[in-house]
Amino acid sequence: MRKVKYLSTFIISLLSTLINYAQTDKAEMADTMRSNGRIYVVVAVVVLILSGLLLYLVRLDKKITRIEKNKS
Amino acid sequence: MRRSWWKILCVILLLYTFIGGFLMDVPRLPALSETIRNLYFHVCMWFCMMILFTVSVVYAIRYLRSNKLTDDIYSRQFAAVGIVFGVLGYATGTIWMSYTWADPNNSSFQSFGAVAREPKLIGAAIALLIYFAYMVLRDSISDIDKRARITAVYNVFAYALLFPTIWIIPRILPSLHPGGENGNPALDTNDIDNRMRLVFYPAILGWTLLGVWITSLKIRLSLLKEKRLLQ
Repeated sequence: MRKVKYLSTFIISLLSTLINYAQTDKAEMADTMRSNGRIYVVVAVVVLILSGLLLYLVRLDKKITRIEKNKS
Repeated sequence: MRRSWWKILCVILLLYTFIGGFLMDVPRLPALSETIRNLYFHVCMWFCMMILFTVSVVYAIRYLRSNKLTDDIYSRQFAAVGIVFGVLGYATGTIWMSYTWADPNNSSFQSFGAVAREPKLIGAAIALLIYFAYMVLRDSISDIDKRARITAVYNVFAYALLFPTIWIIPRILPSLHPGGENGNPALDTNDIDNRMRLVFYPAILGWTLLGVWITSLKIRLSLLKEKRLLQ
């Protein structure tokens, strides 16, 4: 009888840790950043940097085309 | 600008990657959480590198068949930009890894010993070093034809070694990297969420087109230089 009692408490504690684990398993996401719209600031900065780099690439491309035309 | 429709496509896809990559929904996963968005950037670097190296080896073989020096220039420039993307992929991987693989109760500096044994990291480092050696080999031979021939052969060898170092060995050994012993990371249909695929596939195409664009500029410049030498 005592053995059964020990075994049952053991199983219950095991199950409860499992449940606890499932509860802490929720991933922390940047929900506040999304809800107050600050994420758009990040997107604006990143998109600006990207478009700056791409513009630079376009200008380089045009410059090389001009040199190619002068050569031939 | 020359033949510009795919360049416009590249710009549109990259803008979409950056906007959609930050704003669209992603699965909520423990440990990864928001860093899962690195899939659109870190993984695409490796895709781009792989495609550029493949093009490079194709031009190397073309050079061996045709002996035309333009093929050698193409091969070299594709390898060079491929290395740039490889280094970027490696560097972004180390940042991502130090926040997701490191033991949360241990600082990333202290768990470095465990993380540095990662087979994917070592394999990628070896693959990149082999390509660094390709560049060193090129610059150490002054005769143009000899250089082109020897490095074309070395390029085939380097490409062949890419497969064991970054594809096969990390999958045989136990690894923390996704797709360790059970298949293909990112491309496995069970592995990646449908919402992420909406951004991921355009991102691969956009980054690859960017790599090709940069390479095409480099090729045109070195062709100009070659012409000047001949005149």
